[in-house]
Amino acid sequence: MTATDEGDASNADADAVDPDEVRHVADLARVDLDDDEAAAFAEQFADVLDYFAALDEVPEVEDEPDLVNVMRADEVRDGLTQEEALANAPDSEAGFFKGPTVS
Amino acid sequence: MSADDAPTHRGGDAADDLNAFITRETVVSDADGPLAGKTVAVKDNISTEGIRTTCGSAMLEEYVPPYDATVVERLRGAGATLVGKTNMDEFGMGGTTETSAFGPTSNPVDRERVPGGSSGGSAAAVAAGEADLALGSDTGGSVRNPAAFCGVVGIKPTYGLVSRYGLVAYANSLEQIGPFGRSVEDAAALLDVIAGPDERDATTRYDAAEGGAPDAAGVPDDTHPAEATAYAAAADGDVEGMTVGVPTELIEGADDEVVAVFEDALADLDAQGVETVEVSLPSVEHAVQAYYVIAMSEASSNLARFDGVRYGVSGSEATGGTEGERGSSSEIDGGDGNWNESFARAREEGFGDEVKRRILLGTYALSAGYHDKYYKKAQDARAWVKRDFDEAFAEADVLATPTMPVLPPKRGESLDDPLSLYLMDANTVPVNLANLPAISVPAGEREGLPVGMQFVGPAFGEAAVIRAGSAVEE
Repeated sequence: MTATDEGDASNADADAVDPDEVRHVADLARVDLDDDEAAAFAEQFADVLDYFAALDEVPEVEDEPDLVNVMRADEVRDGLTQEEALANAPDSEAGFFKGPTVS
Repeated sequence: MSADDAPTHRGGDAADDLNAFITRETVVSDADGPLAGKTVAVKDNISTEGIRTTCGSAMLEEYVPPYDATVVERLRGAGATLVGKTNMDEFGMGGTTETSAFGPTSNPVDRERVPGGSSGGSAAAVAAGEADLALGSDTGGSVRNPAAFCGVVGIKPTYGLVSRYGLVAYANSLEQIGPFGRSVEDAAALLDVIAGPDERDATTRYDAAEGGAPDAAGVPDDTHPAEATAYAAAADGDVEGMTVGVPTELIEGADDEVVAVFEDALADLDAQGVETVEVSLPSVEHAVQAYYVIAMSEASSNLARFDGVRYGVSGSEATGGTEGERGSSSEIDGGDGNWNESFARAREEGFGDEVKRRILLGTYALSAGYHDKYYKKAQDARAWVKRDFDEAFAEADVLATPTMPVLPPKRGESLDDPLSLYLMDANTVPVNLANLPAISVPAGEREGLPVGMQFVGPAFGEAAVIRAGSAVEE
C-alpha cells in the first residue's frame, strides 16, 4: 500500500502494507493511531486489499441511475433553535461552538 | 417525545443477561393506531428526541438527539410503546454485535453464541420476548443476519421505501431501516407503519425512473408504492403458482447443515404449489468486495462529521495514547493548537477498532491513484449485480437463498480476523448493492440453532417476498 497523495496504483503491492503507510492514511483520515494499532492494521489491511484485488476482473458496466434529481422551491422552514443545536456540544461560548485555537 | 421519568425494566434479569438494550426507557403513545398495545424496540442508530442515541459508540455515549427520526414519529402515531434503544455493532459496522462499545449481546437461543448483527440487540429483544417488534437498519444484511441467527423475521425494504431521516448515516446509498417480528405478519404490519414518502428524505420519492408521468411543470409523479400496498395482508401463505429462483452461486458457499434446512424448506414450498427454477448470478462472486469498498468509502465520508466539536468526544478531553504514541504531530496538549490534531485525537478516543479500520480503508480506496482501482470498479460491480438480478427476475417471481451461509458462531471466535467476518455477508450484500427488498424467515433448526431462509424480490416487490416468507413459517 503506497498511498502517497500523488500515489500511482500501478505501483501498489497489496501484499506489502507497513505501519508507516497505515499511519499516512490515518493522517489523511484524521484518526490518531498508537503503535500497536498501526501494526495490527498493517497486517489486516494486506489481507483485505488482497481480497479486493479481485475487482480487477470486473468488466465496465453501464448503469442507469435509479434516482434522478428532483428540484423544489427553496422555502424557509423552522430548524433547530440555537440552544438545541448547541445542546450536545462539549464546549460552547456566547452561542457558538467552541473548538481549538486555529494556529 | 416525552419520556417517562423512571425507565422501566421489562423482563428483569433475563433481559440484563442478554445485553440487548443500551438504554431502557419506556415511552407510551396515547395515539390509537394499528400498533396500539404493541411494544417496539429501536436500534440505537435511529434518532429519538430526548433519549440518547449512541450508535453503539463511545463517541456518542452522551449524545441526545433534538428530534425524532421519521420512523419514530410514525411509531408514535401508530400507538406503539417504545421500550428502549437496542445494542448494535458500532455505527452498524459488524455482523455479530461484538464491536459495540457497550459490550456484546448474547443470542437468546444459545447465550454463548452471537445474535448476529449489526442489529443484534433488536433481534435478540424480539426473540426473547422483550419487545413484540423492533426496528433495525440493514446496510449489507444487518437486519436479515440477526433475524436468521436469533430465529425471528426481518425485512430489508427496497431502497427508497422507508425514510432514512434521523438514521445516523454509515453508508447511505445502501442502507434502509427495516422491521423485526416473531411472525411474518407482525413484521409486515410494522413495515406498513414505517413505509412511505417523506419530504425530508428525497430518496423516498418514487418517480420518473419507474415510469411516473411528469406533470406540466416537469415534476415527476411521486406516488409512492407504499401508499397502494398493504404488506401485512400479503402474509397469506398463498404461493400456489409462484416461481422461486434459486441462485446456484449462493448455495455453493453455504455450510452443509444450512443447505439441508434450506432444501427441506424448498421441498415444502414445492408441495404448496411453488415451481422452483435454478438461476445464475455470476456477478455475485465480486459482490462482497464491491460492497465493502463502497460501504467503507461512504463511511469514511459520513463519519468525518464526528469531530468532537458539535457533539461527541472532545479532542481536548480525549486522552488516547501517550504523548509519544501520538507521535510528533501531537506536540500541543489539550484543546489548544491545530484543529486537525484535536480532531484526530477525538477520533482515536471515540472510535473502536472496526470503525477505524473501515474509515482508513475507505479513505485509502478514495485516495488519489486508488479511486479507479477500487471505488470505480466497485461501482461497475454494483451495476453488474443489478443487471444479473434483473435478468433473474425475468425467470422467477422471487429468489431464495440461505440468509447466512453458517450457523451462528460463538462469541469471540472471529473478531481478530475481519476478512472472515466480511465473507459471512456473501448472501445478504448483493441485495443492498441492487437496492432490492428481501426477507429472512426461520426455516428450521440444526444442532438446536436457527437457520434463516432469504427471499429477494424485484424493486418495490415487498408483497411477493412477504407472501413467500409466510408460506415457509407455516
